[in-house]
Amino acid sequence: MSIFVSIIKKEVLHLVRDFRTLTAVLFMPVVLLLLFGFAISTEVNNVRIVAVVDMHTDQTRQIIEKFSSNPYFTFEGIVHAGEVDKLLRKGKADAAVIFDYGKAPHRHQIIVDASNTTMAQTSTAYIESVLNESSETPIVTNTLYNPQLKSAYLFVPGIMGMIFILICAIMTSVSIVSEKESGTMNLLLVSPIRPRTIILGKLVPYFLLSCIILTLVLVLSYTVLGIPFSASAFNVIWITLLYITLALSLGLLISTIAATQVSALLVSGVMFMIPIVLLSGMIFPVENMPAALQWLSCIVPARWYISAMRILMIQQLPLEHVLTEVSVLSGMTIAVLALAIKKFNAKN
Amino acid sequence: MNNAIEIRNITKRFGNLAALDNVTFSVPDGSVFGLIGPDGAGKTTLYSILATLLAPDSGRATVAGLDVIKDFKRLRSAIGYMPERFSLYPDLTVSENLHFFASLFGVRVEDNFDLIAPIFGQLAKFPHRMAAALSGGMKQKLALSCALIHRPKVLLLDEPTTGVDAVSRSEFWEMLATLKQKGITILVSTSYMDEAERCDRIALINKGHILDVDAPGKLVDKTGIDIYNASAREMYPLLQAIRNIDGVKDCYTFGATLHLATDKNFNLENAIGRLRQEGLTDARIYPAKGNIEDLFIKLAKE
Repeated sequence: MSIFVSIIKKEVLHLVRDFRTLTAVLFMPVVLLLLFGFAISTEVNNVRIVAVVDMHTDQTRQIIEKFSSNPYFTFEGIVHAGEVDKLLRKGKADAAVIFDYGKAPHRHQIIVDASNTTMAQTSTAYIESVLNESSETPIVTNTLYNPQLKSAYLFVPGIMGMIFILICAIMTSVSIVSEKESGTMNLLLVSPIRPRTIILGKLVPYFLLSCIILTLVLVLSYTVLGIPFSASAFNVIWITLLYITLALSLGLLISTIAATQVSALLVSGVMFMIPIVLLSGMIFPVENMPAALQWLSCIVPARWYISAMRILMIQQLPLEHVLTEVSVLSGMTIAVLALAIKKFNAKN
Repeated sequence: MNNAIEIRNITKRFGNLAALDNVTFSVPDGSVFGLIGPDGAGKTTLYSILATLLAPDSGRATVAGLDVIKDFKRLRSAIGYMPERFSLYPDLTVSENLHFFASLFGVRVEDNFDLIAPIFGQLAKFPHRMAAALSGGMKQKLALSCALIHRPKVLLLDEPTTGVDAVSRSEFWEMLATLKQKGITILVSTSYMDEAERCDRIALINKGHILDVDAPGKLVDKTGIDIYNASAREMYPLLQAIRNIDGVKDCYTFGATLHLATDKNFNLENAIGRLRQEGLTDARIYPAKGNIEDLFIKLAKE
């Protein structure tokens, strides 16, 4: 058995024996995807709506029918104008539509409970679109790439950007630093094997683990979350593999800086998690940030990866639209890997 | 007789602190050589240099005839290194640990098992136990087996008996004697002075300086000081009183008694008389045999 294989075998044993961590690492992506995909969403469902109608016409009947059959609305019935205020205050209804069929031009009124601004804006937009369709001069809004405005589409690339950094960078750095702490790293270094064999042997199992997670994430995204599957999935895979390599190199770099497992965790936590959540565009759009933060976000690898994933997975555009992202990610990978190997060798 | 380890004027600094200051000594082939000194004396730094983990700032060292800088690659196969804490993988089993370290050196456990068999003995009964679940003594035996599995010429043991019970410590020294018979040179460090007497030769090291190198028996004879034991019910007043007696160069606690290092001005009867006058009626002073610890305390003071 070659030295390389036995190092990998040993590393796999470490991983498998640490059953709790392994379970957490495999379940976390699934749970996060399902949470962000379904439970935590910026979509508004089941807007409870009431209508005030002075005089029924074909048009009002038609609109009310649309409200009743639309899955985003729950039509709560037709009420008197005086009751609207009471129903909204009691929280029995989220919005009311008051039809005006007096003199033309008709001016329908929407009254909406804005105690939750996100919900108020979204439901107003929904109602307007239903009313517009029925008006004489309808505005046709065409939402490209994500016609139903599903929030899963927004979050899947973000979660992928976060998970691979978490698993690769944090787990590899902790695993290398723990060998430094226990002194076994010294034993590996005094053996005749080359440092790069040690490093590679340590990275391969985490690379394989990341591939399993990538498969899990993609299968979930394309099936349960309903992201459209296309030929761009191939590009998604290899760019993700590039990103995983970058994350592994970052983990290696941290392990050369940190002396203890706790500091490795802290460094990777502060250096990666916070910027990823705040600066990568995962949740908050980069374009809305002050210029200084936008510049800062350029050094966050996840920003480029997430942006590439959105273009490839959601917009389904061909590769030439993500060339900037891919070249930035490649450049970062080469730089970080070179620095990490240099620092690792310098110590020995 | 050749020297298995040659250390010439090795200096290693960490910032302003000289961990090793112009250290020179040699270890004869096939001997058990003790490196004796307290914590922080520079023992581990010296081991790191010999094991090719650290480069010295200046000076030269060879192990098994190979230079620690120039020939470090070949040297690594010639030494077996056991660091201060028993560095094993706690989540791997006894057998997995042993096979892993064998594969690092490209050897098979079966080929060299005869060498470690006397040490491995009891461990062979539970090859599938996790290393984390072993007792201190068992861990020590496993770590030694792992360090020996590639048949090194020189064994570097850094404080192998720290944190191990007295019985296992004694067994361990018997194992070292067995290994010596098989022609392996052993450099062993310890902060337990009583273990020094089980070595062929020892080097006393303190604050990065080698104080003396010789066979333990000769070193004790060389002390040039007369050691007396002293005891009383009240030890602290006794210590203070003795320090004021003529001819007492030093007085320090030694186990349950006090040791007095004296020069020729010391007179036993006068001293006892003086203590009686000071009200220490139950004080006893009697000649004792000096040992490595007394020598160490004397040398460290100079």
